[in-house]
Amino acid sequence: MKEICTSVKKKDHDAKIQGRAVYVGDYERTDRGEPILVGKLLRSNIARARVSSVTVPPLPNGYCYVNADDVPGDNNVNIVLDDTPVFCRETVEYIGEPIGMVVGPNEEEVDRILGAIEVAYEPLPPVIELRTAKEFFFEYEYGHGDVVRAFAEADKVYDEEFETGYQDQTYLETQSMMAEPEGDGIYVHGSLQCAYYVHGAVMRAMGMGPDQVRIFQDVTGGGFGGKEAYPSILACQVAVAAHKAQAPVRCVFDRREDLEFTSKRHPSLCRYRAAVKDGRVTALECDVLFNAGAYSTLSAVVLQRGIISAPGVYHIENVHVRGRAAKTNTTPSGAYRGFGAPQTFFAVEMLMSHIAQDRGEDSIDFKERQLVSQGDMTSTEGRYHFPVPLRAMLDEVDAACDLRRKHRAYAQPQSGRYRRGIGMSAVFHGSGFTGSAERDMIRAVAKLRKYRDGTVEVLASNGDIGQGVRTTFPKIVAHELNLPLERVFYQHPDTARVPDSGPTVASRSLMIVGELLRRAAIKLRACWVDGEEQEVEEHYREPDFMIPFYIDRFQGDAYATYAWTVNAVEVEVDTYTGISRVLGAYGSFDVGTPIDYHIVLGQMEGGFLQGLGYSSIEKMDYDNNGKIWNHSFTDYLVPTTLDVPNMVAMLHVEEYPDGPYGAKGAGELPLVGAAPAYVEAVEQALGGSGVHRLNHVPFTPEDTLLELIKEVK
Amino acid sequence: MEPIRFILNETDVTYDGDATARLLDVLRDTYHCKSVKCGCKEGECGACAVLLDGALVNACCVAMGAVDGRRVMTVEGYRETERFQVLSDAFAELTAVQCGFCIPGMVLAAESVLSHNPHPTEQEIRVGLSGNICRCTGYNAIVNAVKKASEEANGLW
Repeated sequence: MKEICTSVKKKDHDAKIQGRAVYVGDYERTDRGEPILVGKLLRSNIARARVSSVTVPPLPNGYCYVNADDVPGDNNVNIVLDDTPVFCRETVEYIGEPIGMVVGPNEEEVDRILGAIEVAYEPLPPVIELRTAKEFFFEYEYGHGDVVRAFAEADKVYDEEFETGYQDQTYLETQSMMAEPEGDGIYVHGSLQCAYYVHGAVMRAMGMGPDQVRIFQDVTGGGFGGKEAYPSILACQVAVAAHKAQAPVRCVFDRREDLEFTSKRHPSLCRYRAAVKDGRVTALECDVLFNAGAYSTLSAVVLQRGIISAPGVYHIENVHVRGRAAKTNTTPSGAYRGFGAPQTFFAVEMLMSHIAQDRGEDSIDFKERQLVSQGDMTSTEGRYHFPVPLRAMLDEVDAACDLRRKHRAYAQPQSGRYRRGIGMSAVFHGSGFTGSAERDMIRAVAKLRKYRDGTVEVLASNGDIGQGVRTTFPKIVAHELNLPLERVFYQHPDTARVPDSGPTVASRSLMIVGELLRRAAIKLRACWVDGEEQEVEEHYREPDFMIPFYIDRFQGDAYATYAWTVNAVEVEVDTYTGISRVLGAYGSFDVGTPIDYHIVLGQMEGGFLQGLGYSSIEKMDYDNNGKIWNHSFTDYLVPTTLDVPNMVAMLHVEEYPDGPYGAKGAGELPLVGAAPAYVEAVEQALGGSGVHRLNHVPFTPEDTLLELIKEVK
Repeated sequence: MEPIRFILNETDVTYDGDATARLLDVLRDTYHCKSVKCGCKEGECGACAVLLDGALVNACCVAMGAVDGRRVMTVEGYRETERFQVLSDAFAELTAVQCGFCIPGMVLAAESVLSHNPHPTEQEIRVGLSGNICRCTGYNAIVNAVKKASEEANGLW
């Protein structure tokens, strides 16, 4: 590996392990020494209703109640569209929707007041079930080839529906934000991924100009997408509250509030139809339906990535894809690592496996025969411009766990209490934003500032949320400037000091902004003068090879390049209890050059385990009233040290010429392929799709028992 | 009522508040031990884990009355020890810290494992850390770091 891959001690290691890192909940007073008021949200307890009155009891001195009437600017949070209100309008649209906020110095008193407020509702009929939803925030369609003819000429047609559930990001630090009035402006800081998204949202809600609003990212206890858009909403709420109280206000969610009322992965229903002729899939029709919840938040872009990924990693001549994001009166869904792709990859991978099994063919062979190759057309008539290493990665995974042999062996009839299966998936994750957003909307700018003493500061807006950009950005700059790493530093972003290098999302930070910093460092090296303060900046340039992407037609290169992975999961199912023990989980991951080997390995392992949780135990659902059941760690289970003790992540490096030293997007990839590999393994252990056709995640021990009960009957 | 006396990070302290207050809140608010994190406040995640007479407990599920006469150790105290340094170096070398929110609790869980068993197997480490949720790492790096610390401890545990 290259020198840049060598692992270093992370720059924030000491502060975090010594417990000195200051998360927003840790401030005892503001930086200016002022006491901090507690803010807590008054929430709807009904899925859809007109709010006819809110009766607030007389408030003690120092306490206030804040609602939509107090929003100085526009009561709409700027996300993609602006339909999410800061505080509810005349109606509430889901259980938990913020109606107002109670603010005051003492938390117990704030709780008492919240309990004493009376809200009168005129209930309206809600839409709870995704299948019955009639209103769609977004509807897209694209395709190529002659699908009708391919189906007409098919040897056999397959038609199947796949369902995926919620997944909560479950960052260990809950959503937390704080606002402080500053002169005629406002300073908002907290746990967030995208300082400039929050900046734009607070400007709009507060009716303030860009210089009146300052956003700072505190040390952030995990994000995984959950702190992409949600902090914009909470930031507007605390900003309005601080403005009204004319004092600093902080809101820290408790875990139940966070699990129940913040955005999570979109549940999905995917109906796939495949035409098969001469042993190949000749046409694919995908109907993708995502549950967006009550407001549109990020559903447009999540759905876009989901449907672009819908045909998977296969070369299919004729494709038609439809995608819809339905409005229901439930918690708005949002960004979570993978961003729409885990849902559709689950569908296409399971379908491919089921077709193979129906044909009496090993599904690994069936898939391998149809994998895309470099130069092939993508689902949107772009090109895979760079090597597609899936075949080599499949061999690597096979070498690690004897995949092919076991896959054939476990396909033989099994009896007895314990039965085994092994599943395989092959997926990609498009690196960076979908389409031309990087060029047309984000237009990232990154800077380097050299001080007189020769130290260099990285100025960018990408937040370290655990993935290590406070270390890897300086590593790139130090490498180009031939400086010791101690001489280059990167603070958490503060919009008063840093340019907008875009949000911390879409597996883009290292690949896009890291490359800007590499170029900036080369520029600085060329003009370096000892003893002077100097600043250089770089702007994003789209690579020349890109086939322009048109979002209205879903045509062109949706992504410049792709990260790839092949996963295998081996399980042993206890047919008495339904519990599937993971004997091993193996992944070969190509995210290009790892800018720090251990950091990238940690991303792969962490993402893979989240994916295995999504597959097996992370069940979250709501009742007939739209109230989420699983709102604590007692009933929303995330993996512990004991769930997947044998998880092996391997790196396969295909360098990307337009990423720094060959790096591609990394963060999201490892989650995307886990679910189909896991479920295929369980299905194989239960006797294969001819006996038990599994088509949903999470697939829990209870689901296994339900399948086994069918056998008894 | 008599005030509650206990030893916090090797210092005698007297707490004259409510015996039913949560240890978690008191540690954070009264004694400024901000390393003790609140992840769920119902004993499920381990972010607020501290050592109570050397045993790992979730501070959110301990009432102040229960600490009377006992020793409480948080990372504010533990970070001054040689054992901490060995663990910190091992965590650094394997890049076992991502977002950091679970880490103070995780480090005290590691201390609890090693103080009971200086040469644990991987499985014993995994069992010992199983009450501490980390959402970032997938646990491999943390488990390997604890293993490495145990191998390099030179009789510290």
